[in-house]
Amino acid sequence: MEVIDRKKSPSINEIKKAEIIRAAEFRLRNNIPVYHINAGTQDLVKIELLSPAGMWQQPSPLVGSAASAMLQEGTSKRSSKEIAEMVDYYGAFLETNITHDFASVGIYSLNKHLHEVLPIVEEIISDSVFGQNEWDVYLGNKKQSFIVNEKKVSFVSRKKFAELLFGNEHPYGHNVSEKDFDELKKADAYNFYKQTYTSKDTIIVASGNVTDATLKLIEKHFGGMNSGDKIQHAKPADIKAAKGEHYIEKKDALQSAIRIGKILFTKQHPDYPVMLVLNTIFGGYFGSRLMANIREDKGYTYGIGSAMVSFSNAGYFTISTEVGADVTKDAVKEIYFELNKIQTEKISDSELALVRNYMLGTFLRSIDGPFALADRFKGIHFNNLDYNYYERYVETIRSITAEKLMNLANKYWKKEEMIELVVGKK
Amino acid sequence: MRHLSNLQFTNEKNFMSLQFQKFTLDNGLRVIYHEDKSTPLVCMNILYDVGARDEDSNRTGFAHLFEHLMFGGSVNIPSYDEPLQRVGGENNAFTSNDITNYYLTVPTANLETAFWLESDRMLSLAFSEKSFEVQRNVVIEEFKQRYLNQPYGDIWLLMRPMVYKVHPYLWDTIGKDISHIAEAKMEDVKAFFKKFYCPNNAIMVLAGNTTLEEVKRLAEKWFAPIPKGPDNKRNLPAEPEQKEFRSLTVEREVPFNAIYQTYRMCSRKDKEFYAVDLLSDILSDGNSSRLYNELVKNKKMFSELSAYADDSMDKGMFVISGKVLDGFTLEQAEKAIAEELDKLKMEKVQEKELQKVQNKIEATLEFSEMNIMNKALNFAIAELLGDADYVNHEAEKYLAVTTEQIQQQAKQIFRKENCSTLYYLAKNN
Repeated sequence: MEVIDRKKSPSINEIKKAEIIRAAEFRLRNNIPVYHINAGTQDLVKIELLSPAGMWQQPSPLVGSAASAMLQEGTSKRSSKEIAEMVDYYGAFLETNITHDFASVGIYSLNKHLHEVLPIVEEIISDSVFGQNEWDVYLGNKKQSFIVNEKKVSFVSRKKFAELLFGNEHPYGHNVSEKDFDELKKADAYNFYKQTYTSKDTIIVASGNVTDATLKLIEKHFGGMNSGDKIQHAKPADIKAAKGEHYIEKKDALQSAIRIGKILFTKQHPDYPVMLVLNTIFGGYFGSRLMANIREDKGYTYGIGSAMVSFSNAGYFTISTEVGADVTKDAVKEIYFELNKIQTEKISDSELALVRNYMLGTFLRSIDGPFALADRFKGIHFNNLDYNYYERYVETIRSITAEKLMNLANKYWKKEEMIELVVGKK
Repeated sequence: MRHLSNLQFTNEKNFMSLQFQKFTLDNGLRVIYHEDKSTPLVCMNILYDVGARDEDSNRTGFAHLFEHLMFGGSVNIPSYDEPLQRVGGENNAFTSNDITNYYLTVPTANLETAFWLESDRMLSLAFSEKSFEVQRNVVIEEFKQRYLNQPYGDIWLLMRPMVYKVHPYLWDTIGKDISHIAEAKMEDVKAFFKKFYCPNNAIMVLAGNTTLEEVKRLAEKWFAPIPKGPDNKRNLPAEPEQKEFRSLTVEREVPFNAIYQTYRMCSRKDKEFYAVDLLSDILSDGNSSRLYNELVKNKKMFSELSAYADDSMDKGMFVISGKVLDGFTLEQAEKAIAEELDKLKMEKVQEKELQKVQNKIEATLEFSEMNIMNKALNFAIAELLGDADYVNHEAEKYLAVTTEQIQQQAKQIFRKENCSTLYYLAKNN
């Protein structure tokens, strides 16, 4: 047996290749684009319809999520139970979701059953009826689960922080309350559904073992779909960011939720990839400075992190954690200590080299498999970017300097511009 | 769990025939390799056959605390995370009542770093006082974040001791009480390591883009020199059959009343498991399921209602839990659940209903094969159950279940004297 030196690490090999499989475009006869990615080893596909029906487009709070949920609740031909039974019977998975910028209807299916389940997707996006009974059940249960969530400091802080960042009138910033549930109208949700889901702005993303037969089926079920012109949405309110410190007291809280951050910019900004590297070092991975200090050195928390968040129309930076109530002030102090440190001390070559390789490895994981590749496509499409973004991103990881990182930490993360929120006890 | 992450394991089993090779080192470490050339990565999954059930009843929460300490540096390497991240790797871990599982993915070119790191911490830990101190605090914060500072967060701390009287499933992985963590001693940590963290108590799976030769070479180089540990004969007290209905009522600062019913059931190893798992799907898998349609949708009695079958290695729990809507009492809720369960006892389910849940499982197994981490974990658990090749026979076992077997399990499980119920009341209600 060879003698080994366990103190010495094996050679570290740089990750040289990180090639992304790009989506190809195919137009249906109604000119709706189908972006398709043929990858993976299993004979299955995911087909997603993405429509301009997210939080950004909704006319009033909760309308988008209600419309999305009601898609599974029955059409003029089938009850919600029949829809679910059919989808289950063919071993498929039907998902309806909304994000800040769009709504999605997705079906995961084995290829051999796709022709059985795709008609259901067609039916629900064009012929959902929003029955009264289904609506009452949905709304009642949704409200109840909201009331439960309101007991969680993490939930309350996430909502409040969005309000502080964007303002309560802004589509990304509205702080949902029980009143919004009481004022939600079925007709509004239905009209929103009718306008948006089959509109000209809808796109389709198909990933997995996508063959000609798959595309033909998509053409058959969605090529005739069209309900008219591009939608004109009302101009959303301007961003009204708050300033300074905010505090919501929760008596009996064992932990406080802390959020600190500020409005920044979207993925389109030339400095965005650099900020992703900076954020990774600061609070974006398990070995980050915030984790190393506040969890691994002080033991104040189970987890702490920071993120650069980019929606289609705005972006922000945030630090978030839940810490023992008795150490809330100390944790806030340590967060600012780390912020100051990254602004005043140059990042070492060793730390930067580590983060470079870590981020390249993470990038490899993020493009592994057809569904991951579909997510990367959506990540650029909804920011009006093309695949060059990912080339720029990888190039930035490889070439960014410690000087540039420190400059941008000073430029974009000024302490006096940060909004600070504590929910719990101080 | 070591930390929260985006990695989601669907706890499902595989269907299509997956190729694998298996070999055992002289020190007893079992190694399984599954090749997948479609990924640029390799996943290394090491399962240690130790969980919360192996703890001393006066030192609970220890297996999980130990999972945290496994990241505090090993005998020759001061930091586990740093070198792994430096080669583009990522890791996490979780502890259950049965097992402790560590997994990582790494770009193929840097696979040896994974062998270096994992073998050194199997050899010995650094046992640093500082890391011990800090991780004790981290786990205490985890206890608060996940169990105490959440509405309904303490149900398992209440439920388990009601269901189990002698078997160590009577405590949760986080432990009976924060004080057990706070009072943990370094000598306990060392003894725990010596006993359980040895090659003959572990199963290592490599899944991804490399070769069998490379796996063999690296396993021999890094793991073969680790000495074999003691043979652990697990000898846990069997939980006697439950013969009386048990219940507990608590009042908490929560907005709504809730009910939690636990019925004793078979273990993951028993042949009946597949019928029981399908029974839970018939009751509550998605919008076409019985409980959802009857009690959420039609009677509008619950805002949420679910049923699931535990997949524990010893005799487990079949759990039905629901949040009750205002206007209904817990007695009414309980009666409505009983009516649904009675239907399953009195009448066989329709063939088509059974086929639906079978088809769904079959597809779920196929979808779970898209991910090397899922595949690696599934192999490790199958090997623990007796044979890694079980991953290739899960689907057929589900497909062989009959409507008679479902009915028989319903009759066996849903008996009042087999049930423990937690009435969780909202204060001021």
